[in-house]
Amino acid sequence: MAQDERKTEPDAAARIRETQASLARSRSAQAASVPLIGPSTARYESREKVTGQARYAGDVGPVGAAYAYAISAPVARGRITRMDVSDAQRVPGVLRIYDHQSMKGRVKPLAILGEGGYAATSLTPMSGPDIAHDGQIVGLVVAESYEAAREAANRVKLDIQATKPSACFGDPGLRTRPLSEVRKTKMWKDPKVGNADAAFSAAPLKVEAEYATPTQHHNPIELYSTTCMWSDGRLTIHEPSAGVNILKHGVAEQLGIVPELVDVISPFVGGMFGSKVAVTSRTVVIALAARDLGRPVKCVSTREQGFTNATHRAETRHKVKLSCGTDGRLASYGHEGSELTSRTDAYTVNGTQNTVHMYAWPALDTKVLMVEADRNTPGFMRSPPEVPYMFALEVAMDEMAEKAGIDPVKFRQINDAQTSTYENKRFTSRSVIQCLNQGATAFGWSRRNPRPGSMRDGDWLVGYGVAMASYPTVHVPAAVRVRVLADGTAAVQIAAHDPGTGAYTMAAMIAGQELGIDPQKVRVEMGDSRLPPGPLAGGSNTTASICNAIAQACSNIRVRLNVAPGQAVTMALTSGAVEEYLDWAPPGLEAAKAMTANYKGQPEFWGGAAGADALRFAFGAEFVEVRVHARTREIRVPRITGAFAAGRIMNKRTAHSQLMGGLIWGIGSALHEATEIDRRASKYVNDNIAEYLIPVNADIPAVEVIMIPEDDREANALGIKGVGELGNVGTAAAIANAVYHATGKRVRDLPIRIENLLPDVKRV
Amino acid sequence: MRAFTYQSAGSAQAAVGGTSDKPGSSDKRGDGATVFLAGGTTLLDLMKLDVSRPAALIDIGEATQQLSVIEATAAGLRIGALAKMSAVANDTAVNRDYPVVAQSLQMAASAQLRNMASMAGNLLQRTRCSYFRDTTWARCNKRVPGSGCDALEGMNRLHGVLAVSEQCIASYPGDFANVFVALDGSVEVLGPRGARTIRAANLHLASGDSPAVETTLHPGELITALYIPSGPHTRRSAYVKVRDRQSYAFALTSAAVAMDLQGGTVRDVRIGLGGVAGKPWRSAEAEAVLRGQPFSEALASRAGEAAFARARTREHNAFKPQLGALTLVRALMQVHGMEV
Repeated sequence: MAQDERKTEPDAAARIRETQASLARSRSAQAASVPLIGPSTARYESREKVTGQARYAGDVGPVGAAYAYAISAPVARGRITRMDVSDAQRVPGVLRIYDHQSMKGRVKPLAILGEGGYAATSLTPMSGPDIAHDGQIVGLVVAESYEAAREAANRVKLDIQATKPSACFGDPGLRTRPLSEVRKTKMWKDPKVGNADAAFSAAPLKVEAEYATPTQHHNPIELYSTTCMWSDGRLTIHEPSAGVNILKHGVAEQLGIVPELVDVISPFVGGMFGSKVAVTSRTVVIALAARDLGRPVKCVSTREQGFTNATHRAETRHKVKLSCGTDGRLASYGHEGSELTSRTDAYTVNGTQNTVHMYAWPALDTKVLMVEADRNTPGFMRSPPEVPYMFALEVAMDEMAEKAGIDPVKFRQINDAQTSTYENKRFTSRSVIQCLNQGATAFGWSRRNPRPGSMRDGDWLVGYGVAMASYPTVHVPAAVRVRVLADGTAAVQIAAHDPGTGAYTMAAMIAGQELGIDPQKVRVEMGDSRLPPGPLAGGSNTTASICNAIAQACSNIRVRLNVAPGQAVTMALTSGAVEEYLDWAPPGLEAAKAMTANYKGQPEFWGGAAGADALRFAFGAEFVEVRVHARTREIRVPRITGAFAAGRIMNKRTAHSQLMGGLIWGIGSALHEATEIDRRASKYVNDNIAEYLIPVNADIPAVEVIMIPEDDREANALGIKGVGELGNVGTAAAIANAVYHATGKRVRDLPIRIENLLPDVKRV
Repeated sequence: MRAFTYQSAGSAQAAVGGTSDKPGSSDKRGDGATVFLAGGTTLLDLMKLDVSRPAALIDIGEATQQLSVIEATAAGLRIGALAKMSAVANDTAVNRDYPVVAQSLQMAASAQLRNMASMAGNLLQRTRCSYFRDTTWARCNKRVPGSGCDALEGMNRLHGVLAVSEQCIASYPGDFANVFVALDGSVEVLGPRGARTIRAANLHLASGDSPAVETTLHPGELITALYIPSGPHTRRSAYVKVRDRQSYAFALTSAAVAMDLQGGTVRDVRIGLGGVAGKPWRSAEAEAVLRGQPFSEALASRAGEAAFARARTREHNAFKPQLGALTLVRALMQVHGMEV
């Protein structure tokens, strides 16, 4: 072991590299004893959650709190000429009403996350009379009660000079630019290999088609809430956040105060799916109101306000060109994606960065276009690049397989790429073939009659469909404190986040395992910016990042106490405690730089296609049966099977839940979810969860999740790839392909609805 | 939501005593009205959205005991106005003798809502038109009489194709009311001027004719009971509801069918259609095609076409006449095949 050298090594990065190497060596030694699929452990906080004991940010109701209600812009584009608050001010209990004039100059500009800032939108809240999107916060009422604040907000009269907005693709007045010209801080090069046009022209079999995905909203059950309170110049924010350090630094910058004066507390997050990571407009204005009034101010956004005050998944369009030879080998891949964004921010998911690695095409040509409309800025939503781009690719693959007369499972196996043709990188592991084989067997794919419309059960047309899932394996730097006490317990502190995924339990499991103690004796603290800065919950990084960080910290303790692997480290402690504070960085990042950024709430992601040596990705194959009523065309999904290979699975139960939840979301994506926009006004129309549909229990009779053991200690020391987002990639394509198989109708726009499948729509 | 006064009434008489027959009193439509509160599953939503702004609520929850009897006799089915949707949906006699009633309730809303919502409140459920429910839209003849209709050229997938007009295309969203009108039900009403009975067919006004005033209830009147006469058609009956997901969704189209079938001939038939009309809809046209004829799929298709012959569609609901007709055919085939 190298512990003696480490003691004398002054360079932190080198020290960490060495520790990691040491850790990797000790892992290899005990590889046989580490199960690739971990134990099935219920969340330690599950009882607290189901009995209502868990205290979420919105449960915080400080003594003496005032309540805020945001005034939303009723139009998507225009200028406020007058805000008449006389009627509103008469509502008993109203304390203060803010407009852009009273907030002017008080909020400093903040760039968006990924562009050097922390915000979800670069629009500075309430900074002027101009309206850039429907629902924009243009005022804030603070009152003694929520009801009074809401009533007063409803009584505010706005005079607005409205301008005709541009809402969607195809509308006049949009601005379209290639992403390669838009990117400000990061270089973006559209992936390209060989001459795809020439290969396409020369190929005997071709598919050229256009695909579309709709706007979607996260709609976490827990609404977007914020409670701010000041004490001696120190701000405490209670807000459901999956990026407590992002919120801390972002709001500090907006307020022009040092981040050390801002604490963010968010122990539990009631669902978020990407929507509670970046700083939204509401927080800073509530913080200012709390400071002005000298008392805590609480604001819970309504479901409707959540549609415009938070982010959403952008609408996309795709032009895909595939070609192959008569042997079924792909000759070319062309993909032009267009993403709708706001006029203020070019938020992009650029999914081609991942789709280019899917298959063994010798030539490829891709392009991403940004289309700016009068909308609020979109943002991360579960599997941001993959959901739209893999939908387009995986339906095109189905179309190509049919043209080639090859079974779609076999077609994907023929074209599997162990080395990506783009930049000629190998994968640290890629179990596509295994996923397809095991999934197909479990599902009973061999019973599929390839002819569309050939399978039927009573009144229902039956279709089988398949599509691939893939998701990059990424890691984020993390600091962690592990403390081992002589009483046999331990504590782990890390400002990571558990938005229901089971991160708390996983942290306890890995610490227990590495320290040789019962995981239930490990107390885990997360979701608090006062803790060592951990990763945001995004990009499915949490398990890989925090488990590697915690394992290393524990291993360091073991070394310090000189306890052999397999034995409880606590045996070496007779009194007191031992503590290890560790800065962990993914091996591919320059450690010192990555850690500096981490302490600024600017986490750097590493992994996926970023590794110089190899590609790090998880894969899956999804098989669905759909039933379409022969007469009235309702589309139902009686069963779905997903087979996934995502490296080491820490907790079988919570990983299963993540993958199952992903598959269910994929069903929603295919058949239910879409935010409807009135194009005349660029306003969301179904901004509630009665008309914005997601699957209900009755829509999900059977979900089968298969986790294929995959040993990949090259992806990272523990071999963890992450499963939070993998499950809902490709699902919509599998369903679209199954709908085609059932009916012979190829639907390329999501969601697929009854009217798309009616034989002949009468236009009266 | 705006400030309002609240009082509780322990009986129908007490509730009605708290109102008057002056316009606005017990009128859900205008600002400043006195409104009865039962399950609250529509009213409270609309108040929070600032769409309904009553001055006073009279909570009739305490009258539940008095007004929630479910009584099936040889003559018909009498249901107290405050019987919960779930109670009627689960009632043995209703399931046996009026399957279409039970099914329309079982397929409505969610279990939680059915446990809250009263039968009379369900009848009076208001439209889900987004332009009605969101006050930032300027034009809504239902919300602001005379202002116009933003739904005509807007997102109108859920909107009506029958009993609609250029004034309003809001669809009636409920399920049971379509059954109620098809089975020629009636409501018993108590008001400041006494009691009266209103036939279901005369209770609702069509969105297209009368966007702002939705029923013929007078100010201050309270529904106390619902009545459905039995007949040789009520046992052979079913409700088919077509929707984007399997449960907890409003109907894109639905069909209520009750049929008296004798030796393969349709002696009598009652047809209600949901999700397609500006009020609870009974299709006299479809019934006329079927009545007295030997049943066949071709005849059912002709009935489906007749039901939507006068449909007027918009951009996003252009599929409804076709889907509505297919839904009716499916319901007719199902009912025809029933063992009774």
